[in-house]
Amino acid sequence: MHTVAVIDYGMGNLHSAAKALEHVAPDGMKVLVTSDADVIRKADRVVLPGVGAIRDCMAEIRRLGVDDLVREVVKTKPLLGICVGMQVLLDHSEENGGVDCIGLLPGNVRYFGRELYENDQHLKVPHMGWSQVTQSDHPLWNGIKDESRFYFVHSYYAQCEERELVAGTCQYGVQLDAALTKDNLFAVQFHPEKSAKAGLQLLSNFLRWNP
Amino acid sequence: MGLAKRIIPCLDVDNGRVVKGVQFVDIRDAGDPVEVARRYDEQGADEITFLDITASSDNRETTVHTVEAIASEVFIPLTVGGGIRTVEDIRTMLNAGADKVSINTAAVFNPEFVREAAERFGSQCIVVAIDAKKVSKPDGDDRWEIFTHGGRKPTGLDAVEWAQKMEELGAGEILLTSMDQDGVKNGYDLGVTRAISEAVIIPVIASGGAGNLDHLVDGIVEGKADAVLAASIFHFGQHSIPEAKQYMADRGVEMRL
Repeated sequence: MHTVAVIDYGMGNLHSAAKALEHVAPDGMKVLVTSDADVIRKADRVVLPGVGAIRDCMAEIRRLGVDDLVREVVKTKPLLGICVGMQVLLDHSEENGGVDCIGLLPGNVRYFGRELYENDQHLKVPHMGWSQVTQSDHPLWNGIKDESRFYFVHSYYAQCEERELVAGTCQYGVQLDAALTKDNLFAVQFHPEKSAKAGLQLLSNFLRWNP
Repeated sequence: MGLAKRIIPCLDVDNGRVVKGVQFVDIRDAGDPVEVARRYDEQGADEITFLDITASSDNRETTVHTVEAIASEVFIPLTVGGGIRTVEDIRTMLNAGADKVSINTAAVFNPEFVREAAERFGSQCIVVAIDAKKVSKPDGDDRWEIFTHGGRKPTGLDAVEWAQKMEELGAGEILLTSMDQDGVKNGYDLGVTRAISEAVIIPVIASGGAGNLDHLVDGIVEGKADAVLAASIFHFGQHSIPEAKQYMADRGVEMRL
């Protein structure tokens, strides 16, 4: 049996991601929401979700050993990070006074700030709603038109130091990294599980991706 | 191209049925919430809001099941409101598949609840609902006050100051309903919408009174709202979501088409 493990480290709502994955999973693939390291090691694919404050996320990730587990499984199987599950893959975040993260991707997570402007318009923070993503060539974008809109909700954004790892960008006062990829890893700032057809297509592509 | 403005159809749900009251009294049946939510998702709604207007504890289970059913089929953000009073209520709704919860009366009686909720679950899923009514002031300046209990009980709280306080406590979004207009379809109260939207940095959803497509445009352009919420203009087939989106886009509002 093929399985995709959604890592449950006690932070918030995994229902949405799991339901959306189930909706697009090929016949015979099971979606398991789990914190069991053995189940995650045996899975064919792994999803790292995350919502809320990054300090709390990283504390739970460390306490449960999810950081080492992620470093281990990404060597052999596709891994998808979503939202804070993307941010924790970078080196460091400015949130909560500064938090060291897992460091699989070189770069930092920064605050939008309260003085965020675009075309003289004061932008709201959090960045909440549907923004366009400019894609780079990658199989996870198959069947999704470039500049399609995805649903974002975040106050902090990733900036990767190696620009060749950037698979998608989004403009919101600054240019932020909407998608990052490295070998088996793909990570998105937006919520594919909440992004209607485009999001479901990306999840479907992930479940069929063989890097 | 930047962030799209959002159209959010609202499902007022009483005992497992979508209803729409006119000023919270007259009730018309608009169908099964799961069916209605699925239809709006297919039409391209940007989010869905589910308001449990019965909110009595014996119907809680029905609500949870309905939210679960919607969340299994609808892959756009889902906000659930009505009767959210405790951290446990929030956890129940998030576990059922809600992406955000909307806190109303509980915030008025215990503002610290908003802080606790935001710290526990993250600001991104905490919407504070504000029901505001225009009250006259001796010097003639506009002032809006927070009301509870379906607009019947004044609280003496200034709506704009209250919105700022909610932002400080960790609210991620404001759902602003202008009570005197709700269900009577004369348009949103643009004055209070604009005053609050300009006073806070978090997004503001305009609600209460949308009766035609121009009202939606006005809510964004004049009211400076980030999203517009409407119920009856969509429920009873007066307009479809794609029609509303195209109408707004034609008038210069950035939309997800």
